[in-house]
Amino acid sequence: MKPFAYRRATDARSAVATVAADPDAAFLAGGTNLVDHLKLGVACPSLLVDVSDLAADLVEHLPDGGLRIGAGTRNSDLAAHPVVRAHYPLLSEALLSGASGQLRNAATTAGNLLQRTRCGYFRDATAPCNKREPGSGCPAVAGHNRHHAILGASPDCVATHPSDLAAAMVALDATAVVLGPDGERRVPIGGLYRLPGDDPTRDTVLAHGELITAVELPAPFGGRARYRKVRDRASFAFALVSVAAAVRMHDGVVEDLRLVFGGLAHRPWRAAHAEDALRGSAPTEVALRAAADAELLDARTLSGNGFKVPLARNTLVSVLRELTDGAAEPEDDA
Amino acid sequence: MTDQLTPNAIGRDVARADGPLKVLGAAPYAYDQPLTDPLYLCTVDATVVRGRVAGVDASAALAMDGVELVLTHENAPELSTEDGELRVLQSPEVHFRGQVVAAVVATTTEVAAAAAGAVVVTYDTEPFAVTAGSDPAGLHAPEKVNAGYPTDTDDGDLDAAVAAAAFTVDEEYTTARTHNNPLEPHTTVATWTGGDLHVFEASQSVFGARRVLAGVFGLDPERVRVTCPYVGGGFGSKGSPHAGAVVTVMAARMLPGRSVKFALTRRQMFRLVGYRPRMTQRVRLAAAPDGTLTGVGVDVVQESARIKEYAEQTAVAARMMYAAPNRRTSHRLALLDIPVPTWMRAPGEAPGMFALETAIDELAARVGIDPIALRVRNEPERDPATGKPFSSRHLVDCLHEGADRFGWYDRDPRPRSRRVNGWLVGYGVAASTYPAYRMPANSAVVRYTADDRYRVEIGASDLGTGAWTALAQIAADALGVPQDSIDLAIGDTRLPRATVAGGSSGTASWGTAIVEAARAFRDKFGRTPEPDDEVFADAPENTAAKDFALHGYGAQFAEVRVHEDTGEIRVPRLYGMFDAGRVINPRTARSQLVGGMTMGLSMALHEDSVMDTALGHTANPDLGEYHIAANADVHEIRADWLGIPDERLNPMGSKGIGEIGITGTAAAIANAAHHATGVRVRELPITLDKFLR
Ligand SMILES: Cc1cc2nc3c(=O)[nH]c(=O)nc-3n(C[C@H](O)[C@H](O)[C@H](O)COP(=O)(O)OP(=O)(O)OC[C@H]3O[C@@H](n4cnc5c(N)ncnc54)[C@H](O)[C@@H]3O)c2cc1C
Ligand code: SF4
Repeated sequence: MKPFAYRRATDARSAVATVAADPDAAFLAGGTNLVDHLKLGVACPSLLVDVSDLAADLVEHLPDGGLRIGAGTRNSDLAAHPVVRAHYPLLSEALLSGASGQLRNAATTAGNLLQRTRCGYFRDATAPCNKREPGSGCPAVAGHNRHHAILGASPDCVATHPSDLAAAMVALDATAVVLGPDGERRVPIGGLYRLPGDDPTRDTVLAHGELITAVELPAPFGGRARYRKVRDRASFAFALVSVAAAVRMHDGVVEDLRLVFGGLAHRPWRAAHAEDALRGSAPTEVALRAAADAELLDARTLSGNGFKVPLARNTLVSVLRELTDGAAEPEDDA
Repeated sequence: MTDQLTPNAIGRDVARADGPLKVLGAAPYAYDQPLTDPLYLCTVDATVVRGRVAGVDASAALAMDGVELVLTHENAPELSTEDGELRVLQSPEVHFRGQVVAAVVATTTEVAAAAAGAVVVTYDTEPFAVTAGSDPAGLHAPEKVNAGYPTDTDDGDLDAAVAAAAFTVDEEYTTARTHNNPLEPHTTVATWTGGDLHVFEASQSVFGARRVLAGVFGLDPERVRVTCPYVGGGFGSKGSPHAGAVVTVMAARMLPGRSVKFALTRRQMFRLVGYRPRMTQRVRLAAAPDGTLTGVGVDVVQESARIKEYAEQTAVAARMMYAAPNRRTSHRLALLDIPVPTWMRAPGEAPGMFALETAIDELAARVGIDPIALRVRNEPERDPATGKPFSSRHLVDCLHEGADRFGWYDRDPRPRSRRVNGWLVGYGVAASTYPAYRMPANSAVVRYTADDRYRVEIGASDLGTGAWTALAQIAADALGVPQDSIDLAIGDTRLPRATVAGGSSGTASWGTAIVEAARAFRDKFGRTPEPDDEVFADAPENTAAKDFALHGYGAQFAEVRVHEDTGEIRVPRLYGMFDAGRVINPRTARSQLVGGMTMGLSMALHEDSVMDTALGHTANPDLGEYHIAANADVHEIRADWLGIPDERLNPMGSKGIGEIGITGTAAAIANAAHHATGVRVRELPITLDKFLR
């Protein structure tokens, strides 16, 4: 761990100016991810600008029926917020499925969205990793890759994005409000994350020094929603596969739906093919399976993660079966 | 028979004597001892697997404010040991990735860490082998296996028995590399004053630590004092000092008069303190049409370190569990460029009983009889391994009584016969066993202080298991006084000699010494002693071990649910019934048994240290990625015991309980998973992918 300077930000603009001007500076929020990285030697900033006091505990209604969430809102507070629980239960479910009570008390909304991959090689400063040290190689491709991507990966990086919140935010069509040195811009969370391509060092489209100040949710989607997370322990583990799903039914037919996979790719994976296949159809078991298979057609597996294909398919089908009200009876294969 | 204590304090559910101190954070663990101006050590660990240190550039580190010393193989004091694990900084050779290649001592932990990061080490590398099968040298037969058992046994003709059998099992079972990971990391605090060494060491045995450190540094043991009043768990990894202790003592020797402190990081716990090695067991069973066993075979291939051999006694339980005239067992090692493995809770029995008890379940299915009936049918009259009678063996009672309390016979024995809300539900059973050891070389002092108070001294260790409490209960009954009349002193080599808190032998070994001293005290001074009246006594010889086979037993039952869509596996219910002799303290005993079963559940479902064959080290060395069962994984776990004292063993009639709880659990869960799904998992951990189709 290298010595560093610490400054507590008093306003967003000057925080942005300070970090944007110094390539070795970083924003610090709850610190549950970044401080780990400092200890592990994965991140070595010379200056930390603490933004956790900015826009903390701020959840406001928007005129269009949506909700504005301050970037510093703690994961526990957001999950417990009565409006979130009543109108965006997907968000509460996703948050409560993540980490532990202690971590959620410290972790912030923006920090959660911008947490970095849990790839073990990325977190091991003695190992090569293209994301940490460009050009050093990707040991996960032939190594321990149980948790790694089956969709959208590149030969340079097969990491997954670990955030449960991010998958739910994509399903909710949320937008990040971003402040940069040149002013504010709005980035849909669905477009916030990058695929690794030939530059895995960048997780998102944000530039160095850009600060997320808030996340805005549109008016509730309606229908029924569910965040289903499958992992190697009953709690306190990252998703092998997760599904954030919202479905509106009408007359036994899927009127509209949003489907997002977590744990499968370098970004939350909007299952657009599956959505298209089901929109306007009756959700029979056959239709659900066909939709899941359509989405996973391009899956590319590694030595240790082939199971994610049937797991993703089965989890998606299982969640949709539940949300479409058992419109199709589960097959009894006993 | 030994002269039994009249139970008064023993057998009572007594709260832990050290509970309040621990809750207040006031119990001084090895690292927490108050010291003046201590220094802090941080190691530099090899980033290559095999080769030599070509150069160490410590100039940047030495230039930092607060750095007192940089230790390398060039300036390290010479050690007098041939133990490959403990020969720290004795040569430029690198034998495994993560080996200590240098160390920095500084005035704060932060400076020490920053300086260690600034030490530049260059290496010449050599090809390496880190997994069994990848080593061109092939397999090696150890001279003997852990705890002194023979490497191989061969009775009768196993091959002929298999060829003639009505039913056979011939399968391979694999257990993962697992790490002890106690809550308290390994820590050492060392101070040299005028040729005398004082060490605070997180240790399961202060006398063992003294013997090892005195040997390594070529000292008279009398000049070495080891102190450790409290330990935050060890599971065997604190049974004997490791490289971290040696390098700390070494640094302190070069800085006489100063105390040097070292606490391992969690990542270092995955390579510098031992672990349970990965192994594969081929199990062969041969049976007559009614399930009577005619042959049992277990062949173990285990990974171990090239620099120090460690052979777990994995097949030993199969030598004594069931009657069978034809029996062959063997242990082979793949010697690799990996960290040195060591004892982890029930070395031998924990992996051995997974394989054997799963195979027994497979046999029961093939024969078509209940797995409990199969075990009862093969209950031996005498110990098949030695031919001796058992001092006591109540396995069948455990199976029957446990089955009743668990509700075993509610099950429809056909696999995949029960579904509840999308979950397949199954029941499984397995037997548990662990030897009832009592170690030689234990002594105790009993002294009357004043006002009806007795001081009882023995250099025992409380791993967190409850020795502070249980030994006071034993002393009270041995002296015939209330428990609160006892002032116990443990955890220091200034006290009478004592053996390790290991092999589930502590309470039996130390308790016997205490009883001996207390009886001698009463013989000499009667019931009305004078202040400072004192007796020292050695524990008597363990004569029962010559004439009898000494073991504890148990039966474990699991209810398992496997999700039909996702393969997620849950264990809503675990039940254990144990034959553990007389229980000294039901509260601390229950927490040992339930703790062992929890660790068994963790072994069954979660723990898996993944070796990266290209980088040559564990790919998941932290508690975020190396999963241990957490709260939500543990539902109802219950442990009960028959409570039948074994009067041959010791004056308490007790059998050890620290390790038996982990034996058989994984098999009970694997067997239940098979009953739930029809899928037989022979490789731990049992993860959801193994059920996906
Ligand atoms: C053991 C463990 C288990 C976990 N399990 C889960 C899990 O199951 N699911 C899950 O989703 N997460 C899990 N997490 C991750 C946890 O959710 C994140 O660590 C947390 O949300 C990060 O938030 P933070 O506020 O602490 O961020 P920090 O650590 O402070 O920051 C994270 C990153 O975001 C940047 N940043 C912070 N705020 C801003 C901002 N406003 N604008 C721009 N950049 C910013 C920082 O510079 C840093 O790069 C786990 C973490 C741990 C340690
Ligand atoms: S998968 Fe990505 S993060 Fe992991 S080692 Fe490869 S490049 Fe690094």
